Amino acid sequence: MTPFSYTRAEDVSDAVRLGAGDATAFLGGGTNLVDLMRETVAQPDRLVDVTGLSNAIAETADGGLLIGAAVRNTALAEHQAVRTRYPVLSRAILAGASGQIRNMATVGGNLLQRTRCTYFYDTDGSRCNKRTPGTGCDAREGFSRIHAILGASDACVATHPSDMCVALTMLEATVHIEGRDGARTLAFGDLHRLPGDRPDLDTVLSPGELITAIALPPLRFAARSTYRKVRDRASYAFALISVAAAVEMDGDRIGDVRIAFGGVAHKPWRATKVEAALRGASPTEAAFRAAAAAEFADARSLRDNAFKPELATRTLAAVLADLVKGEVA
Amino acid sequence: MSIVETAKQAVQGVMQGAMEKLVPLAPDSWIPGGRPDPLIARKHGLIGTPISRLDGALKVKGEATFAAEFRFDEMAYAALAYATIPRGRIAAVDSAAAEGAPGVVLVMTHRNAPRMNKPGVFGSSPTAVGPADLPILQDDRIHWNGQPIACVLAKTQDQADHAASLLRFTYDEEPSTTSLEGAKANGIEQGLFMGQPLLNEIGDAKAALATAPHVVDQVYRTPRHNHNPIEPHAATIAWVDGELVIHDASQMVTAQAQTIGEVFDLDLAQVRLTSPYVGGGFGSKGLWDHQIIGAAAAKLAQRPVRIALSREGVYRVVGGRSLTEQRVAIGATADGDFDALIHTGLSVMTPHNNMPEPVILGTRAAYACPNITLQVEVARMNMLANTFMRAPGEAVGTFALECSIDELAVDLGMDPVELRIRNEPDKDPTSGLAFSSRHIVEAWRSGAEQFGWADRPAVAGERRDGEWQVGMGCATGTYPYYRMPGAQARITLTREGDTVRAKIEVAAAEMGMGTSTTTAIVAAERLALPMECIEIGYGDSSIPGAIMAGGSQQTAAIGAAVIAAQNALVAELLKLAGNDSPLAGLSADEVDSKDGGLAKRDDLTRRESYASILTRAQRDSITVTEAASQPLELMRWSMHSHSAIFCEVRVNAITGETRVSRILGSFDCGRILNPKTAKSQFRGGIIMGLGMALMEETQFDERSGRIMNPSLAEYHIPVHLDVPEIDVIWTDIADPHTPMGAHGIGEIGITGVAAAVANAVYNATGKRVRDLPITLDKLM
Repeated sequence: MTPFSYTRAEDVSDAVRLGAGDATAFLGGGTNLVDLMRETVAQPDRLVDVTGLSNAIAETADGGLLIGAAVRNTALAEHQAVRTRYPVLSRAILAGASGQIRNMATVGGNLLQRTRCTYFYDTDGSRCNKRTPGTGCDAREGFSRIHAILGASDACVATHPSDMCVALTMLEATVHIEGRDGARTLAFGDLHRLPGDRPDLDTVLSPGELITAIALPPLRFAARSTYRKVRDRASYAFALISVAAAVEMDGDRIGDVRIAFGGVAHKPWRATKVEAALRGASPTEAAFRAAAAAEFADARSLRDNAFKPELATRTLAAVLADLVKGEVA
Repeated sequence: MSIVETAKQAVQGVMQGAMEKLVPLAPDSWIPGGRPDPLIARKHGLIGTPISRLDGALKVKGEATFAAEFRFDEMAYAALAYATIPRGRIAAVDSAAAEGAPGVVLVMTHRNAPRMNKPGVFGSSPTAVGPADLPILQDDRIHWNGQPIACVLAKTQDQADHAASLLRFTYDEEPSTTSLEGAKANGIEQGLFMGQPLLNEIGDAKAALATAPHVVDQVYRTPRHNHNPIEPHAATIAWVDGELVIHDASQMVTAQAQTIGEVFDLDLAQVRLTSPYVGGGFGSKGLWDHQIIGAAAAKLAQRPVRIALSREGVYRVVGGRSLTEQRVAIGATADGDFDALIHTGLSVMTPHNNMPEPVILGTRAAYACPNITLQVEVARMNMLANTFMRAPGEAVGTFALECSIDELAVDLGMDPVELRIRNEPDKDPTSGLAFSSRHIVEAWRSGAEQFGWADRPAVAGERRDGEWQVGMGCATGTYPYYRMPGAQARITLTREGDTVRAKIEVAAAEMGMGTSTTTAIVAAERLALPMECIEIGYGDSSIPGAIMAGGSQQTAAIGAAVIAAQNALVAELLKLAGNDSPLAGLSADEVDSKDGGLAKRDDLTRRESYASILTRAQRDSITVTEAASQPLELMRWSMHSHSAIFCEVRVNAITGETRVSRILGSFDCGRILNPKTAKSQFRGGIIMGLGMALMEETQFDERSGRIMNPSLAEYHIPVHLDVPEIDVIWTDIADPHTPMGAHGIGEIGITGVAAAVANAVYNATGKRVRDLPITLDKLM
């Protein structure tokens, strides 16, 4: 770990003021950032602790929820309104990490966690364009089981590791941001980037910008939503494939539907092609598979992850069948 | 491996070969174990009673001092830098930034390290336990990707870690072999294990296979595995008046002190190595580069050093289990009698060590068959030296063999349990020796009943519970009884008034499995003293003898040494007792310990307490030290433990995820000394077997020879949710030819488990996965 200074922010404006310098990082629960610092992947000169900012979960006028960026993952997953009105979010959070890590991790930090690509972590021995732009990518021809099949670039095949973000993408949350130039909001789906030729940038945040809150809009069929995660052991492993889904039936047909995938791309993947194919469709296995086929038509697999399109398709079909039946796994 | 060392191994092999011919001809009474240990007959004492670990409370309270918790004044903290190429030379070192970093005491590389001898590689002499036939920090050569090439000492661990991250190396890379295909292309060699070729040929298996009515013939693969004891390797080291003090985490205390001593030109008496507590070893807690580097840095900096490997450091410095490719072919009659058995394997090692993964060891005594071919070959590549890992050989060898048996059972339409019992041998099929104790059929029968094996789906893929396909599988596990030479025990009786206490000292290691507790139980029984009057000394190179906590042999080695020491103690006490004692005139053979003293074996009225004997002799204490008998029983009998493993799995029909829902181990391991700690060891082994079956895999990048998942986040071992209820039962039938009638039980738990899981997966799905781990993509 490289030596750094530590300051605790009193409030948002204090944090934004402190965070405006070069090589400064905001510290939430530290469950990812501190690991990255230990591995010298991240070497901030200064940490600004923002765990003292809002940890409130409040009802909004439009019938949604406003979640402070310092809310701990455990608190959010256990919140009564989240569990009943947005079960997909509660389940996604509980599918991730361990109880101890969820007790520490904050909502804001969860959004900014970085990929688990092992070449990214190997500062001494591997090339990585995300860690050191322009050096090359050792993952593309290497161990790639957890890597992307959609939206990757020549420069980077990493995936975003968060479970919670897959649910927030599907729920069309809004990200509240403050920076030196003032406050702004961002659609959740616009927060994370595809790698392109700048895989070092995970998000569109400008240096010094701080996530202050997440707004969940009301979604009338979010109560019929769920999250299913497929991984290499029963717990404490990152998703090979995950699916966040919500379904609204219109008689025998699907009225509306929301789908997002985890484990497939550099960002949580909103499956717009699946959604378009299924709106108004009869909820059959064949329809689910056809919809997935549209989404994964462009999938490009690597040495170790050729199973992912089929696994995603099967998982999607199972999740949708359960939601349609009113059963969730 | 140098020519000299190969010759040494050959000599050892010849000597052993000669002994193997002579020992079977000797009368039983000449052989250790020829007369059953008297403790076997004692039925109602401490042996067999569940007893909690004596050090349990200390560990729970954090009061047990582990290697990285010892402290010296002015101690510096070490951090290592590791090579990032598989083979070549260090062209330049830029250490300026590291040397100028806060708190830095020393930056040591090959350029300034003290001159040291090469540690003797494991097996090159009876006391050599070095990791590889390589000098450590003595030249600019890189032999593996991850080799430690510099050590930074600083006032705090954080300062040392930071400074180490500032070191920069320039390399001249040289051609290397880091892929299995490349290693094979370089040539394969016959594997030697303990100086003997891993090769058995009985009859003509190839010809028999060609004519057998039923044949299975498949290749099975297992990946590299890395060691992940909960306690990462560490040592706290000081030079005190020219002597080297090392507080280490070691499962081979004395041999390690000896090898380190040779590195620094010290006598064994000048090295004091202690290891009172070890947080798991599994074969890995031996001598690696870090203790030698730590000692060298302490010498150079003239201050004590704590060197504690990070988890990544464990992956870079401490070897693991080699990958294997194994062929198993069985030819059988229509009735299921084996007529041909071929089990051959390839593993990899380095140009500088000698550790073929001996996958055929468990097959040698497994099944009756007139035609057997067994062989292990090796290819060499540039990597960290591989090493022993829980049940080296059997852990992965039983996967191939026992899956193959299951495949044959399917082909024959037979119950796999019955197929195994049908081919039960009446003597060792490769050595021809009689079995010392073999009750595997009882283990199979009682296990099948307790598990509910009769409820197994007869046809693969037929049972379903919602999304989940349900199946059952079984396999035989096996591990030999070993006893290594060199053990000694020192017994000291101390009298305080009418109370006599005993201290038993053995140079053994306690890795958490309960050795010190079991030793106390056995010593209390053997000396006929209450447990609270027994103290066990261990984990210290100043104790005479050498005992290794490896090969599941430590309990037997300690047991035999304590038998010898107790015999010597009885003789000494009889001398002290003199003519005024009720024991007067009796020889040591006629006397045994009884109720806090000695008594004539067949006339308990002739007795005298230890306190009385010592008081009359005006002695406060008496000490005897004695060496254990040579382990000739190993050449007289074929000595093995066995298990029958049953498991039930659920395989998700949609995702291919496998969950083990039930598992039972039915063990035939002689007499169980402490059921409480035994059950934990069996369970721990089974959990490790579940990891091997479903998830463990070192990601060794064949382009660079670099391990890419050196972390418990990415190297998957089972988490709690992966582990179902584990049922453990045992035959508890004493082996009449071993101390206490016991067998070591440290390793057998892992054996057979991966095959049982794979066979259950087949029963659930109809899919046969022959390459571990059984990940979901192989079942989709």
